[in-house]
Amino acid sequence: MSDYIIQTIIVGISETLEMTIVSSLLAYVVGLPLGILLYATAGGRMLSNKKINFILGLVVNICRSLPFLILLVLLIPFTRFLTGSSIGTGASIVPLTVGAIPIVARMVESSLSEVSPGIIEAASSMGASPIYMIIHFILPEATPSLIFGAAINMATVLGYSAMAGVIGGGGLGAIALQYGYYRYQKDVLWTTVTILVILVMVIQECGGEISRRSRK
Amino acid sequence: MSEVFRLEAVSKNYTNEGKEFQALKNISLEIKEGEIFGIIGMSGAGKSTLVRTLNRLEEVSGGKVFFCGQELGELKPKELRRVRRQIAMIFQSFNLLSQRNVLSNVMQPLRIAGIARGKRKEKAMDMLKVVGLEDKKNEYPGRLSGGQRQRVAIARALAADPKVLLCDEATSALDPKMTGEILELLKRINDSEKLTIVIITHEMSVVEKICDRVAIIDEGELVEIGDVKEIFRNPVSEAAKKLVYPSNPFDPTDRSRKLIRLVFDGLSASRPFISELVEETGKKVNILSANTKSVGGIGYGQMVMELPEKEADQKIVTDFFIKKGLSVQEVKK
Repeated sequence: MSDYIIQTIIVGISETLEMTIVSSLLAYVVGLPLGILLYATAGGRMLSNKKINFILGLVVNICRSLPFLILLVLLIPFTRFLTGSSIGTGASIVPLTVGAIPIVARMVESSLSEVSPGIIEAASSMGASPIYMIIHFILPEATPSLIFGAAINMATVLGYSAMAGVIGGGGLGAIALQYGYYRYQKDVLWTTVTILVILVMVIQECGGEISRRSRK
Repeated sequence: MSEVFRLEAVSKNYTNEGKEFQALKNISLEIKEGEIFGIIGMSGAGKSTLVRTLNRLEEVSGGKVFFCGQELGELKPKELRRVRRQIAMIFQSFNLLSQRNVLSNVMQPLRIAGIARGKRKEKAMDMLKVVGLEDKKNEYPGRLSGGQRQRVAIARALAADPKVLLCDEATSALDPKMTGEILELLKRINDSEKLTIVIITHEMSVVEKICDRVAIIDEGELVEIGDVKEIFRNPVSEAAKKLVYPSNPFDPTDRSRKLIRLVFDGLSASRPFISELVEETGKKVNILSANTKSVGGIGYGQMVMELPEKEADQKIVTDFFIKKGLSVQEVKK
């Protein structure tokens, strides 16, 4: 491989990490509250509300069932509106975030659902309000599971970021596509794929370790 | 003494897969201030549902629950939350926050009550002293034994000075030694703080040890209620007999023989009754089951025995025990 390619790959790694980290963080800004709402408004819960729960659930399910590649294309006008461009790393962050939000929401909902009903009963018996219960009982109890879920989400976003290469996003995915696929440079293809695999593993392992340490 | 709880014709129905199920049937009772009130029944009898109607964790289907004269069913959510702060509860599975240390767990109800941070810590430490765990304040519940966890739960429950403590099978997950320690702690708090305690259990030994009065629940119905001593001496309902009588099956030599049950309650434990019976009347009895224990130097317990064959002899033996001041009951097989 030429120096130029190596240089390109190094830039690609930093672009991929940027897309993954920024999109994941942004996805949590919306996905975490959404997941909490999905959890709390479900039947029999502290803020049980059938209508809201149904509508949120429907929106999340529709967004999740769209293939990410389709979402990428569908969101082009929106991306252009937000970032002024539809190509490049910055532009990729928009569809990545939008695509990750419903996944984050479901993951958060699932982590919160694992909290033992006994904890909720204890909180109710103390006279805690629903908001207090969520902030001081449910979220702390679910923290290790939330962290583990976050690692899975980040790995998913990383995978999606490679797909963003198809419509002109940056990062390792774009390099693999352009040099490896269109120009038959197998060595570049395998190098980028290997780096992607390593990145996913590092994210997953770090997330798992932080989650384990946080579990008291 | 004024009453803390009054239940008027409380009933609770569930629908499970289209089938109606009555968990509580027309239950009326009162729990007085300062007493330790037991609610006992087999599992599935409805006692856990009953205790949850006391703080409205369960809504009743019919009837009314009053707490200090206030009907719980009428309260708006905010008012209910305020009332619940006066009705603390502990659970079989402790329900402590596993991700928070002991001190932080105990401070929760104080925080809910809106008490300032510095004061919260002070009060929580006081409570940990009461339960003897002040040196564990920085530990996490996962590193404590079951008995210690329940003591933390008690400290947490009592931190915000409630009027009542509800205990839902609080000792069922503990071994006998730890059960004894927890019950002693509850008794001590009841004495010193004049705290009303409601205890749900399926073990008669728990009721015998600390309860003043007891209600027996069987298949959702209140079948018997009264002083623990009285019910122990003379259980009337089938459910009460099942709970009070020794659990090992009697195996009389002759199925037709009459069985009686003697109850010792303090005044009469140190005397050798059986020897006296033989010496004075010359009649013999066969002891099938005996269970006596010394509580503070006073004997307490029961004995099931088989009477002689002849009816005249049976009367002599029974009269002898009655004359000596023992409670005698015929046992039906």
